[in-house]
Amino acid sequence: MFMEWLARLWPRSRKKNSRNDVKQRLKLVIAHDRVDLNAATIEAMQKEILDVVSRYVELDTEGLNFALQSDKRMTSLTANLPIRRVKPSSDDSQPEKQETENLSLEIELTSQTDSPAAEDTQPKEDEEETEKSQD
Amino acid sequence: MSRIIVITSGKGGVGKTTTTANLGMALAKRNRKVVLVDADFGLRNLDLLLGLENRVVYTAVEAIAGECRLDQALVKDKRHSQLALLPAAQNRMKDAVSPAQMKQLVMALAKKFDYVIVDSPAGIEQGFQNAVSAAREAIVVTTPEIAAVRDADRVVGLLEANGIRKIRLIVNRIRPEMVEANDMMSVEDVRELLAVELLGIVPDDERVIVSTNRGEPLVLSEEPSLAGQAFDNIARRLEGETVDFLELTTPPEGFLSRLRKILTTRIL
Repeated sequence: MFMEWLARLWPRSRKKNSRNDVKQRLKLVIAHDRVDLNAATIEAMQKEILDVVSRYVELDTEGLNFALQSDKRMTSLTANLPIRRVKPSSDDSQPEKQETENLSLEIELTSQTDSPAAEDTQPKEDEEETEKSQD
Repeated sequence: MSRIIVITSGKGGVGKTTTTANLGMALAKRNRKVVLVDADFGLRNLDLLLGLENRVVYTAVEAIAGECRLDQALVKDKRHSQLALLPAAQNRMKDAVSPAQMKQLVMALAKKFDYVIVDSPAGIEQGFQNAVSAAREAIVVTTPEIAAVRDADRVVGLLEANGIRKIRLIVNRIRPEMVEANDMMSVEDVRELLAVELLGIVPDDERVIVSTNRGEPLVLSEEPSLAGQAFDNIARRLEGETVDFLELTTPPEGFLSRLRKILTTRIL
């Protein structure tokens, strides 16, 4: 009884507001619309990225994460690839085997929306950025 | 040089035609020579919102086919002689006209008017391509709803691909009380998602329906309305004036609801 009365006083604590829901959904759907890639292409791209990265490091396949996001009419693909350990390189066989936990690789691919007219201002829209971070 | 502006949205029913009619009328009131072009072939409605449906004789299709002169197809507004309408054909479909023909038509009109405002049909097919063919600027109309915003984003991309650089946004049918209750996206939310310059905010107003019933755009109404004011402001911004956006707040509340609000405000 008392709790009911309390709940009526605090309506916001009862239901999540739909305004944030719609914003999140739109962000996602707009990002996908803007890149205009179908699911198969995205999957193929992910697989290839993984193949390349796996040549050098051993990845934690559980924690892989690919996400499309967009901000200010720019769409970016963010890949978060947790690294289990760095593979020993074959040519220099120094025993510098790093047993590194919590290493993660982030790849970011950025592109502007489908506007061929905008291309004359910036020579190349796609840029690839790789960074390695050690926590 | 005259301004050629396309009004478009992607999704239907968000207020393109209402916006076109009101902006046209508001600009005519400011003594600009304005022609409104209905590019919604097969589903024309602009004549109805302007109350000019009984005076349509020829349409854009006859003018393009050379069956009449262009000035014969224009319907002069009875209230403001500065305003004219080029009606769309009702009995032919959207592919009766090509983008090249449409462009030629709009360019011919641009010689005689300060503003050529093209009311685009919903969708992104041929009718849309026709409507944007000659445009130098675009106004994208949307409402704070998921489908309208998604479609608006698609349309912005297509407009950019068509080489239209000046793209501005009108957020229509805002309901301040719903935004305050966090049950509707705010203008800022929409603008942020679409990343397009904001041209105007129009509140949801029942009087829009009354005005369409009468065929009299809101900006002509004697009694002031928020939506009518909003369209007047947009017309002024089009003319280059700096006008503050409307402060949309919910009507003053009573003691009880205020108390409730104090109690419901999250402290943590």
